[in-house]
Amino acid sequence: MSVLKAEGISLRLSGRTVLDAVSAAFKPGQVTAVLGPNGAGKSTLLSCLAGLHTPDEGRVMIGGRPRATLGLRDLARQIGLLPQGADVHWDVDVATLVALGRYPHRTRWGETKADRIAVASAMAATDVAQFAARPMTALSGGERARVLLARVLAGEPQWLLADEPLANLDPAHQLDTLECLRDVARSGAGVIVVLHDLNHAIRVADEVLLMCDGRIVAQGALEDVLTPQSIATTYGVSSHIGTTPDGLRFIVTTPMVR
Amino acid sequence: MNRALSLNLALLVGIAAAFVLSLLAGKVWIPLDAWSVGDPRWPIIAELRLPRTVLAAMVGAALGLSGAAMQGYLRNPLADPGLFGVSSGAALGAVISLYFGYAAAPWLLPAFALTGAAVTMTILALLVGRSGSVILFTLAGVILSSVAGSMTALAISLAPTPFATSQIVTWLMGALTDRSWDDVMLALPLLALGCVLLAFTGRTLDALTLGESAARSMGVDPLRLQLLIVIGVALCVGASVATAGIIGFIGLIVPHLVRPFVGNRPSAVLLPSALAGALLLLVADCLVRAMPTVSELRLGIAMSMLGGPFFLFLLLRMRRGLA
Repeated sequence: MSVLKAEGISLRLSGRTVLDAVSAAFKPGQVTAVLGPNGAGKSTLLSCLAGLHTPDEGRVMIGGRPRATLGLRDLARQIGLLPQGADVHWDVDVATLVALGRYPHRTRWGETKADRIAVASAMAATDVAQFAARPMTALSGGERARVLLARVLAGEPQWLLADEPLANLDPAHQLDTLECLRDVARSGAGVIVVLHDLNHAIRVADEVLLMCDGRIVAQGALEDVLTPQSIATTYGVSSHIGTTPDGLRFIVTTPMVR
Repeated sequence: MNRALSLNLALLVGIAAAFVLSLLAGKVWIPLDAWSVGDPRWPIIAELRLPRTVLAAMVGAALGLSGAAMQGYLRNPLADPGLFGVSSGAALGAVISLYFGYAAAPWLLPAFALTGAAVTMTILALLVGRSGSVILFTLAGVILSSVAGSMTALAISLAPTPFATSQIVTWLMGALTDRSWDDVMLALPLLALGCVLLAFTGRTLDALTLGESAARSMGVDPLRLQLLIVIGVALCVGASVATAGIIGFIGLIVPHLVRPFVGNRPSAVLLPSALAGALLLLVADCLVRAMPTVSELRLGIAMSMLGGPFFLFLLLRMRRGLA
């Protein structure tokens, strides 16, 4: 089974330790939510896994091979990164933008049948096919976020790394996107997603990775990790975990009483 | 037939027509029936107009392509190949050769200009280092062009003779007057190599549409891309300045002219920009020759007169977009 692993990775950026001996393993077919306060090192961990940063110590293993032994293209075919608040610098149409996701698979001879199929299924999965011909500037925030996700899915990555994909989305689009991430995991890929809202983590995650100050506080199944105690130590807030009448769990946070 | 293909075909037809017009037009109008080796006017075509026309098409294509590649790389529609200092460096090289009166040997000026371009390019590469950062690249380019510009101004103000001053000033304006086959032979291999390097950047520039992080996560090597762009643009711009002086604005204008037809995807803009650059410079060069002025209007000035208002038009359109 192909596993993505961080083995004791440390990284210093501008003299500050951003990641401190982080070890974590991620499983395919599961959604892992990476949680923690601002500045905990969540985005940097994703960058290290995706190969944008090289850790000062430790290594990233993909399917039993050290990441450093993989070429840029090999790595890009296995790991798809959806960066935070992704920019689109030229006003291209939606179909063109999604097709950019095929870049790691490109051949000298232009678009192949496999490219067309992958682009079409990514657009179907994110429900963006109906505005394929629209320019990016003519989309709403929610539509835009779905198109950017479709771009990553078009690369058919074995690992989808998404950095706060729900920022700036209304509740309905947030739920749609979470559902989409679940579908990706159901199809067999591993999904690692940085989230801020604990309730989103409850809705989508199989596993949780809780981070604070560049270290891992806890990793494991959602119910085991996300407890009032761990939330209090990581975020410094009190929390109440409840269940709705129809069985959905939720978290309410309140300021800590000192 | 898709729009990109029809645009490219239309541009090719336009280039062919402008090419013929460029051989006919000038202070002496040479009709088609004089086009035979025995005709006394034949040397005008073979030795003056033909090399000049070929050079105009080559330089125009190289500048148009460089502009499209630079705009794609910097993800900025106002970027120009002159932005990163190579044209100012090449100009400084040429000005130094004029300052010392070396221009007597015809190959010395282009050699100095190419050296200037190469030195600027090397300094640029050293300044930017191995980071592949676009911001460093832009800032280093701006610094280099202003340093080279001020040294050119220094050379003008300290020129040993009024003749040298006037030679420098005239040369800086850019022109294709009196270019020979030697100039074509000098520029051709450099421009061709530069264009080939830039042609390889298309797909990678597309990926850069999503920003640097996303592009890197898709397997883009930022350092390799930067090398291709720097060397490609330096060859194109360096060889252009060495043979024709500074002809501004083509690289800025041309990509904007083709985008309405082929869309904004950077790779789609490259080929039509090269073709439209060739066409624009051929037509502009015909016009400056056909103008009823006492001495020929300098091509560089004509392009600046076109380019200034065009820049203003872009600015107004952007302002409307912001409002």
